[in-house]
Amino acid sequence: MQALEVTDLTVAYQEKPVLWDIDLDVPEGILMAIVGPNGAGKTTLIKSILGLITPAAGNVLIYGKSYAAQRHLVGYVPQRGSVDWDFPTSVLDVVLMGRYGALGWFKRPSAADRQLAYDALEKVGMVDYASRQISQLSGGQQQRTFLARALVQDAKLYFMDEPFQGVDATTERAIIEILQNLREQGKTVIAVHHDLQTVQEYFDWVTLLNVRRIASGPVAEAFTPEKLRQAYGGRIAFLKEEKAAGD
Amino acid sequence: MDLFLELFTDYTLRTVALGTAVLGIVSGALGTYAVLRRQSLLGDAMSHAALPGVVLAFIITGSREPLVLLIGAGIAGIIGTLFMLLITRYTRIREDSALGIILSVFFGFGLILLQVVERLGLPNRAGLNVFLFGQAATLLFRDVVLMAIISLLVISIVILFWKEFKLLSFDSDFGASIGFNMVWLDILLISLLVVAIVIGLQAVGVVLMSAMIVAPAAAARQWTDSLSIMMILSAIFGAISGISGAIISSTGAGLSTGPVVVLVISTIVLFSVLFATKRGVVWSWYSRLRRQRMLILESVLNNMLKLAEQHDDPTHPHALVVLEAMNHGQGGVKNTLSELIKRGWVVQIDPTHFSLTAAGIEEAETFLLQNN
Repeated sequence: MQALEVTDLTVAYQEKPVLWDIDLDVPEGILMAIVGPNGAGKTTLIKSILGLITPAAGNVLIYGKSYAAQRHLVGYVPQRGSVDWDFPTSVLDVVLMGRYGALGWFKRPSAADRQLAYDALEKVGMVDYASRQISQLSGGQQQRTFLARALVQDAKLYFMDEPFQGVDATTERAIIEILQNLREQGKTVIAVHHDLQTVQEYFDWVTLLNVRRIASGPVAEAFTPEKLRQAYGGRIAFLKEEKAAGD
Repeated sequence: MDLFLELFTDYTLRTVALGTAVLGIVSGALGTYAVLRRQSLLGDAMSHAALPGVVLAFIITGSREPLVLLIGAGIAGIIGTLFMLLITRYTRIREDSALGIILSVFFGFGLILLQVVERLGLPNRAGLNVFLFGQAATLLFRDVVLMAIISLLVISIVILFWKEFKLLSFDSDFGASIGFNMVWLDILLISLLVVAIVIGLQAVGVVLMSAMIVAPAAAARQWTDSLSIMMILSAIFGAISGISGAIISSTGAGLSTGPVVVLVISTIVLFSVLFATKRGVVWSWYSRLRRQRMLILESVLNNMLKLAEQHDDPTHPHALVVLEAMNHGQGGVKNTLSELIKRGWVVQIDPTHFSLTAAGIEEAETFLLQNN
């Protein structure tokens, strides 16, 4: 069964199309990058799959059913910059929010939930920071906290919006290890990614996006200079040289 | 002190203080969310928008029952909020401008209605002006009971939806992705804010009620990094300013309660912003100063260690002029040395020569280790 099937997804803001007629077929157990220039609709694609934006048209299936029916199978890491990190709360508290979905309305997190949160913090190497106020975290630590929150969701399909944005090299390596670990457990990770240099190294699949879907498939097939030029227009020159040097 | 005693003996004063305490608690608690969600201006717009509701309710029913007037205020506040949402949704006007428009249009309309009531000479009209700047002394015991019941309800809802409101305030997209209806929660929280504002209108007035929403929470934020403690502190600050405002304005000087309350809460805010631990301005200055002084201490200490390395004796004495030259532009080398002597890291050999002690050498070496 496909982890994710998107058909004819179209999103428009005030008549202007942001995503046009997107089809995606994502198998289970892969790491997929969503790549494209600024304004290509990468975040919008994730948000409309998650029902945070209402699409003008199209259909989304998660393991064969609608998102509303399958949300317990889905984990989400929003862009780090989308929240106020000066909010008065602790790292543990943020991670516990990953349990809220399973808890449902009104129920408070239990000791067992707390243990799950500590386990997730252990996995991302943040257990010593559990009681730290979130405004004292570095960018990399913020990203790890968000990742831990997604891990306690215990999902099968993860959507991550720029999980490597503004993190140091050590954190980037730690995060990619965690993602590969998820894949080994048969989980699927779809991540918005902006560093073209590391796509081949980190991911199995790639979707090139620029309002339309330019290409989607295994990296070897979809991540070609020609498709990249199509997605990025003229702005890809630097990468061509890079690739030529690499080849 | 006499005033404080009267709080327990004077029936009217006790009633009034109880009322303003209740309004302080509920507006302080709800204000926590308004401040954290950057909706301070929303509170201001909604309280001003309540004025025409109060006057219209009076014109229509001819009654000055607080419950009737406050229901009118609440409805007008909600209509104002809806207009604001419609304006931002269907025009290119941004939220802050939309709020400004709502605030002034509704408030202006309310003022005109007040004049209309005056012209018409409607019976019973005296005292409507109280809603402009508030007069806590007009609170009756049954008003206070009503306020307390509504407040209890509001606070219970906040506790019941604690985790959901936290999610809404911190990361509403994530909350929606895990299945919580964020639109519905947003409407609920804004409605509670309207209720909190309406409760305070009679005592504090529409013009300054927003200060009771914003100021206690802004002050509380300075003292804590925990949402629950922030809310409790904010409620306490709200209650303190409410009670003191009521007492001062009830002394017969003819002062409106609103301005007095605002002066009290502003003092609390000023004190908090300046002197709060962690976030306070003065505290930050002090800790930066201490860090700087420590750095200069370590720098002189290290220079002495480096100089000593050129001799075989680590306690070799060094001339003041040399140390001053090495710390050029930082100034205060003499003061730094006397501080180092006080700490037992340096001893003075003669008026112009200093040398490291064993403890000083150890300190300089650990500092170097930590910083390499």
